[in-house]
Amino acid sequence: MIIATLCGMGFGTSMMLKLFIDDILKAEGIKAETSPWDLGTFKGNKADIVVAPIDMEPHLRDYPAKIVLIKNLVDKAEIKEKILKAIRELS
Amino acid sequence: MHLEDLLIKNTIRAKLPLHTRDEIIQKAGELLMEADAIEPRYIQAMKKVLDELGPYCVIAPGIALLHARPEDGVKRACLSLQTLQDPVNFGHSTNDPVDLVFTLGAKDKKGHIEALAELAGFLSEEKFLQTARSFENSLTLQKEIFEYITTRK
Repeated sequence: MIIATLCGMGFGTSMMLKLFIDDILKAEGIKAETSPWDLGTFKGNKADIVVAPIDMEPHLRDYPAKIVLIKNLVDKAEIKEKILKAIRELS
Repeated sequence: MHLEDLLIKNTIRAKLPLHTRDEIIQKAGELLMEADAIEPRYIQAMKKVLDELGPYCVIAPGIALLHARPEDGVKRACLSLQTLQDPVNFGHSTNDPVDLVFTLGAKDKKGHIEALAELAGFLSEEKFLQTARSFENSLTLQKEIFEYITTRK
């Protein structure tokens, strides 16, 4: 499974999200590849789940993956609940 | 590189009377310029990023993380912090208004990651946010923030 995190430039917000998700996956014993993406290049990439800040929703409307939108990017509980739900729905 | 290496102490300022997004970016940029961490053009680049990509830089309720790209004039990896006297709207759908502003300058896509992970961890702690928001005096805030991040990991 590939989980991508998305932000405008691919090394700030998306990197923070990736680090939180890596911790969650490790704690839950879930194996997945996580990768930070930027808005300029992500459309050529493939992922099963894309995790993004809520205000990026317009960029993701037609993207063929499960989309997870996060309001508070430093709220581990929100990220954990939403990412685990998405993983469950895919498996 | 740890958070205390990335965060430039003298750029930490408390309760600044800034009223618009552009005033905030300008001030944050000037503080990083005084520390010789960025070139002047980085300020314009940050404004352009916000115009183009929207207000997703408001990463959590009240917290903005501003930055542009390494090639936009970053001289060394750096982070600044300002708190605002009155919260300012950035146009975010759920996290406005902003009263904590972090400004990042990255030298490349990797060098700042450890420090960023530490920052993300602190921002998820209510106690850290309380510390950042509670001081009126910049020197006190500088001291308290550095004490917090160097003793609590």
